[in-house]
This record gives sequence, structure tokens and C-alpha cells, in this order.
Amino acid sequence: MKEINLDYAAATPVDEKVLEAMLPFFTEHYGNPSSGHNLGEKPRQALEEARAEVGRLIGIEEPGKNKIIFTASASEANNLAIKGIVTAGKRRGNRIITSAIEHFSILNQLRSLEKEGYEIVKLPVDESGLVSPGQLKEALNDQTILVSIQVANTEIGTIQPIKELVAIATEQEIPFHSDATAAAGWIPLNVEALGVDMLTLAGDQLYGPKGAGALFVKRGIRLRPLIEGGIQEQGLRAGTENVPAIVGFGEAARLAYTHLQKRSEQVASFRDKLKESLFKEIPHLHLNGHPEKRLPWNLNISVEFVEGEALLMRLNMEGIYVSSGSSCTSQALKSSHVLDAIGSPPELAQGSLLLAAGLKSREEDIPGITEKMSEVASLLRKMSPLYHQYLKEAQNNANV
Amino acid sequence: MPMYSEKVMDHFTNPRNIGEVDDADGVGEVGNPVCGDMMKFTIKVKDNRIEDIKYFTFGCGAAIAVSSMVSEMARGKTLEEALKITNKQVAEELGGLPGNKMHCSNLGADALHKAIHDYMEKQGAKK
Repeated sequence: MKEINLDYAAATPVDEKVLEAMLPFFTEHYGNPSSGHNLGEKPRQALEEARAEVGRLIGIEEPGKNKIIFTASASEANNLAIKGIVTAGKRRGNRIITSAIEHFSILNQLRSLEKEGYEIVKLPVDESGLVSPGQLKEALNDQTILVSIQVANTEIGTIQPIKELVAIATEQEIPFHSDATAAAGWIPLNVEALGVDMLTLAGDQLYGPKGAGALFVKRGIRLRPLIEGGIQEQGLRAGTENVPAIVGFGEAARLAYTHLQKRSEQVASFRDKLKESLFKEIPHLHLNGHPEKRLPWNLNISVEFVEGEALLMRLNMEGIYVSSGSSCTSQALKSSHVLDAIGSPPELAQGSLLLAAGLKSREEDIPGITEKMSEVASLLRKMSPLYHQYLKEAQNNANV
Repeated sequence: MPMYSEKVMDHFTNPRNIGEVDDADGVGEVGNPVCGDMMKFTIKVKDNRIEDIKYFTFGCGAAIAVSSMVSEMARGKTLEEALKITNKQVAEELGGLPGNKMHCSNLGADALHKAIHDYMEKQGAKK
């Protein structure tokens, strides 16, 4: 059976060039970067080269002034940013501002901080997923110690007006963290132009290996490490560095930087054609997220009258891999907080599908994908009470 | 995707008895889109037996498999027998359900019982 992956948001394969760059660091250059002897030399150099490449991807030409701290994941980087600044205690106050559609690695730690007495303000978003700069301005007060708002949303793809949002916080000298995990490598990012104080990204979203994330920290921002021990990563992340994964992250960042525009156009072209084909052939589809301000690889639709896990399972049987924001696909049995925040009605949130394009997505597969999706949607609609209710109402309206 | 038994996958892939019986004697609807699952059972009763049973289901793989299994278990049974079908039995017949999917099996038996009670109430009203 032919397999078509439309879930590259969950994982990307490691690029062969990336793997090639990593391999010597498992065997030949296995040394510890902290060693004083020759064996530490190569890994130490590779680590700094990777740091420079990751920096370049987010617009840092001159490393040195700022910090890039390698972590094991974007989730860890998000935790280091928020808990790190809170526990450093350099800023007095108890308010932290975020958005309602952040990743769980932001929202869940903020919920813990709320229990400890911090005041967490979750800014709402409009129906396309945008945070309002005006609402951010209103939420800031002299107790505010941090703002954390993502660059773009992985689920619905919406890209925030980060520069504008940062300017509002900076005016009041409040540090701004942004989670760029879904965006890095797909849209141009320049931390200096954006003005952010901290930025999160990870390698496994851009054809690098799992197990390597990074936090950019602007000079002057004081953090307390989550993991204490040795003075690796400038004292902000103890533990022997995962050199092969970091080297892979660096190479993936280099490739992403070099080919950013081409890659971005390529996935956007596939995504746009897929969207057009699906909306043409399948009735009662709804687009989730912003129509234009969205990540190039991201398509999120709701298939009205049917439930997402059933769609996912049926498509899985056809060799098409997608993900859904329905409650049945989540372990917690809650539908997506992102779809909830954009005001998606429950029956549409339950039928949501994230179709995440990747570099191996092929336009010639679109007719096949459309055909299978159409079959699966009508099959499930035929057994849906909501669909039959709709048909009955349409019939009644026609008779009136 | 949760780990489903072979039986669940069979009923999900080839659900039995989908639809709505004509001139239903009893209708049982449970659930709503907020919780993610919705089932509507319709039954035809003859000589105190469930002569025909069909359903529409909006829901996950487990919900669809449960509806299908309930329809098979209830068909041909007397109303008293059908009322004794428990959620637990449905789950057992399906070779078990993942822990967080047990509520789907609850909906299945509930919808069936609701349809039977609906029939009984209508009969009571006729008398």
C-alpha cells in the first residue's frame, strides 16, 4: 500500500545530509566537549558550529553577545524560558501574560505557576487565531514579569504579529518570550528585528533529529537553570551535551536557512493545491486558522458532521496519515484548546484534521488523497445522526 | 490512535445495521458533539421482540464499533433480554476497549435501553 504522510507536524525524517553530519560524533568523535584533552576538541568545535548555525537561522550574524542554549526539546526550552526567568527572581511582580493557543509546554507550566500564586493572563484570540495588540497592551501592568506568545501556531498555522506585540511589551521593559518551534525554518525569523528576548526552536521540526531544542536568550536576560550541575551551556543547562543530536540540529538549521524560501514555496504550493482540491470535491468543509497569515505547510480543516478519530482511522487504513483535534484522539478526551479558543463549535472541532505538508509531499498525490478523503467523509457521514438531521432540515426548508 | 482489539477494528471497518428503521417503534438518542459521541438507535418491535434495529453514530472508532455490536446483540432478543444487555457485556463482546474509551460502550447500551423505554412508554400511552 502506498503511504502518504500528511502529519509532518508530528515528526520529520532526518535529512540524509544531517545524518551524515551526525554519525562521526557517535564513534570517531565521541569525546566529551568539556574534556581538556584532544578528544574533547572536535565535539567542542562542532557544538559551537551548531550554535552558530542555529543562531543564523534566527538572524544572529555575530554569535557571542547573545546565548543559544541547547536543550533536549522545545518543551524544555519553553520551560527554561518561563521557569528560568521566574525563579531568577530579578523582576518583581507576579503577572505573566500568554495567549490561549500556546503549546501545552507553555500552558501547563503556567497552570502550575498559577497554583503557586502567579497571576496568569491568557489573552484570547480572534476567530482566525490572532492575538490583539490592543488587548496585550491592556493586560500589561507594573506587576508583569513576562510575556510569552508564540510566533505561529502548529495546529492552525496562524502567524502572530510578533514584532508589534514585542514592541508593546518592550515599551514597558517587560521581557518577551516567543515559541517559534512551528515556524523556525519555514518563515524568515530575525530575533533582533523582532525584538524578542527569548525564542524557542527545535531540530525535529526541520528535518533534524529528535532530542535537540534550543532557547535563544538575549544578553541581559537572567535565567536560573532547570537542571543544575556542571557549567555546560554557559551554566544554564547542566549535563553532558547530546553532541550528535546538536550537530544534527545545526546541520538541519543550516539547510533550513539556505533553502528557506524554496522549501517554503514548495510546501505552500502543495498545501494550496491540496486545499483547493479538497474544497472543490468535498462539501461542508471548513478552514480553521487564518486564510493568509499562516505557516506555509499548514492546512487545518473541519469535516462537518463526522468525528476526527474515525476519519483518522479510516484514512490510516488507506495509508494516509493525519492528525485530529477531536477529543477522542486526545488522551485527556478534550477537544483541542486551540479550536476552542478560535470559537470553533464543538461538532466542527470534533471533525478537525491537521494536514501538515512536508518536503516529500508530492502534488501528483493530491487527486488520490482527495478521492480517499471524499470516500471516507461520505462513508462516515452516511452513518452520522448530525448529517441526517442536516439533510432532513434542508428537505424541510426546501418544502417551505 | 488507541490500540483497538481485532473485533473493534472489524466492527469499525464493516459496521453492521447502519440506518434508521422505517416507522420506528422506539427511538433512543444519547450523547452530544461536545463530548464527541452521539448515537441514535431506532427499533422495530414485534411480539415483544426486537425485530429490527438500526443506528446512526457520530463518534470515534470505539463508538462506531459499540453501536454495531449493540445492534447485533439486541436483534431478535425479547425486550426484557435486551434491557439486560450491559455496557460491560458490550465491551467484553468487542474483546475489550481501551480504558479511556469505556464511556463509548456506556453510550451504546444506554441508547438501546432508551429506545426500548421509548417504545414501552408509547405502548403505555396507547393503553
